[in-house]
Amino acid sequence: MESQVIRAGLGDVLDRVRDGARLSLEDGAHLYRCPDLLAVGYLANMIRERKNGDKTFFIYNQHINYSNICTNLCKFCAFGKDKESPLAYQMSVDEVAGKVRARLHEPINEIHMVGGIHPDLPYSYYLDLLQAIKKERPAVHIQAFTCVEIQHLADLAGKTVADTLDELRAAGLGSIPGGGAEVFSPRIRKLTCEKKLSGEGWLEVAKTAHRSGLHTNATMLYGHIETIEERLEHLDMLRRAQDETGGFLAFIPLAFHPRNTEMAECSRTSGVEDLKNLAVARCMLDNFPHIKAYWVMIGPKMAQIALSFGADDMDGTVKEEMITHMAGAETDQAIGSDQLIRLIREAGRIPVERDTLYTELNTF
Amino acid sequence: MAARFFENVSVSSGIEQMNRIREKILNSERLTPEECLRLGREGGIYDLGFLAKAVRRRLHPEPVVSYVIDRNINYTDICISACKFCAFFKAPEEGGGRVLSHEELGEKIRETIALGGTQILLQGGLHPDKPLEFYEEMLRYMKENHRIHIHGFSPPEICHFSSLSGLATREVLVRLHRAGLDSMPGGGAEILSDRVRSLTAPRKCTADEWIRVMEEAHTLGMRTTATMMFGHVETLEERLEHLLRLRDLQDRTKGFTAFIPWPFQPDNTALADLPKATAFTYLKTLAWSRIVLDNIPNIQASWVTQGPKIAQISLFFGANDFGSTMIEENVVAAAGVSFRLSEAEIRSIVKDAGYVPRQRTMDYTLVE
Repeated sequence: MESQVIRAGLGDVLDRVRDGARLSLEDGAHLYRCPDLLAVGYLANMIRERKNGDKTFFIYNQHINYSNICTNLCKFCAFGKDKESPLAYQMSVDEVAGKVRARLHEPINEIHMVGGIHPDLPYSYYLDLLQAIKKERPAVHIQAFTCVEIQHLADLAGKTVADTLDELRAAGLGSIPGGGAEVFSPRIRKLTCEKKLSGEGWLEVAKTAHRSGLHTNATMLYGHIETIEERLEHLDMLRRAQDETGGFLAFIPLAFHPRNTEMAECSRTSGVEDLKNLAVARCMLDNFPHIKAYWVMIGPKMAQIALSFGADDMDGTVKEEMITHMAGAETDQAIGSDQLIRLIREAGRIPVERDTLYTELNTF
Repeated sequence: MAARFFENVSVSSGIEQMNRIREKILNSERLTPEECLRLGREGGIYDLGFLAKAVRRRLHPEPVVSYVIDRNINYTDICISACKFCAFFKAPEEGGGRVLSHEELGEKIRETIALGGTQILLQGGLHPDKPLEFYEEMLRYMKENHRIHIHGFSPPEICHFSSLSGLATREVLVRLHRAGLDSMPGGGAEILSDRVRSLTAPRKCTADEWIRVMEEAHTLGMRTTATMMFGHVETLEERLEHLLRLRDLQDRTKGFTAFIPWPFQPDNTALADLPKATAFTYLKTLAWSRIVLDNIPNIQASWVTQGPKIAQISLFFGANDFGSTMIEENVVAAAGVSFRLSEAEIRSIVKDAGYVPRQRTMDYTLVE
């Protein structure tokens, strides 16, 4: 079927992919602009199968969004609220502990916890959160606080990011999720999330975490006002950071959901856009071990198809997800592991339950 | 359930045969039943996708994706058939079902025309006792008062009218055609295998009857579509039997305009415990159908069951038509699936996939 890839005008890229050579930004633009979705997917699938075979990972996890109060109020976000908003909420440490306790009977091995940039919760609150979760569930891995939150906590503590991370880690932090990356381009950040940590700042926190032994993920929020060049620049910055530290586990493209945001006039991403974006990311991020299809954002149907377009991870069972659902996501808030296993199997892949650091726990 | 049939069976001697199959498809040669089965069983998603796209490109070199503006009108939900996969019907004895009046039909047709619609998809349940004259009057009323194409009934309804009236199915078709029926949708085909029909829809017409009624309709000059509802109790071989019976009839009559495969939607049906066929199986089945049915010109995407994103992706797996805007749809909605798309949304989805959206009529003539 490689003749079809050549027919689509991607013969040069095919050669480089076959040789395991790094693709240039021009190659990336070529892939994004190629109208033959299958040809682009085919290349991504080659890389996916070379790196991960047929394995498709998922995790049994619990999402906790401790507060939606945020001073950044990014235009693409329907989750963050001003402190005075009637929709604002914040959980006490006891409430968070209660959420963990309520699901102790389930085989959860990751707590995924993120919030906003809260104006006045003290540094100690965050340390207490981690300790309280660990007290309830000592064996659980806590993946918490995006790089944006970590920088905020360091500012609150008046310490360096490295020292702050050491303290958070001592309190129970296991790794850092990939949120807050959005699109690194200063133009996009100025237009959509002016108050947020800059792209360089985000990468600096991630690299500091990697150097101190913490793994992180990376995301990209696509499908709003960014250009193809800005997406590629974003991917390239991640690729270069990964060359330096090797600390990124997975890249997770996030489809923009416009409803209830200040950018509600944007249309939702299309199926072609979702798959192409995953596939191009798989092709460009040659040094990232995993690409995740986040079913909460694109739906289980698309996430299943994504397994043939570069993705090797379906994320998790996820409950009580707030961030995407407040922006009008119509997906369920939870999906059973049996359903994930069936989706993966029916796509001709091997379901592997993993922990946060991709240790294989069970193969189905 | 469907997963089992699509597991990649590793047959090393099959590699050469798969290469031969690819070659034949790219050279526009017809596949034998054995080759069709091997392709369905062993073909990967890229094999099927690339090959279906090649067939689509051969049949439709222009980058157009068509759609029709129409409305489903279910003239009654009362039905004696009690199919296990249906969540729409009301059994006559349970009450609560109803038959639409001419005024209600007229109102729905006027709304359709106002929205740029060109046709009505008219279907019922199998009502226990309405005489054939009732349907003739309904058609005459619709045609005499409105300029609209009537794409109506389905082989199980024709067979039902035949047994109620004691007339042959051909005679029923002649009378309905004369009363204003323009064409017939391909519903009620489900899976054209008597084993599957006896398990899921024992009171519906047999596979042979379905094919015969379609042949009669084609011979009378009515075009029809064909459907396949898959992903319940059927095997891959039975899906192929279905496709090959359609291919065979099409060789004789050329009467089918389009084929529409869609996965069984189990919610609220008697088969609710069956898992729903996934998007992956949908795309593979769609592509496989495009390749096997080399003589049926058009393949429709099922956005109603798959949602807009997968429907868009299906344009890369052999589909060249986005079906209907479905101003009204009741049957799939009753099974818990409620995607809605406006004409503007359909057009923007098609454009985003790199195709030109064009409104069409039932016979696939493009509307200016």
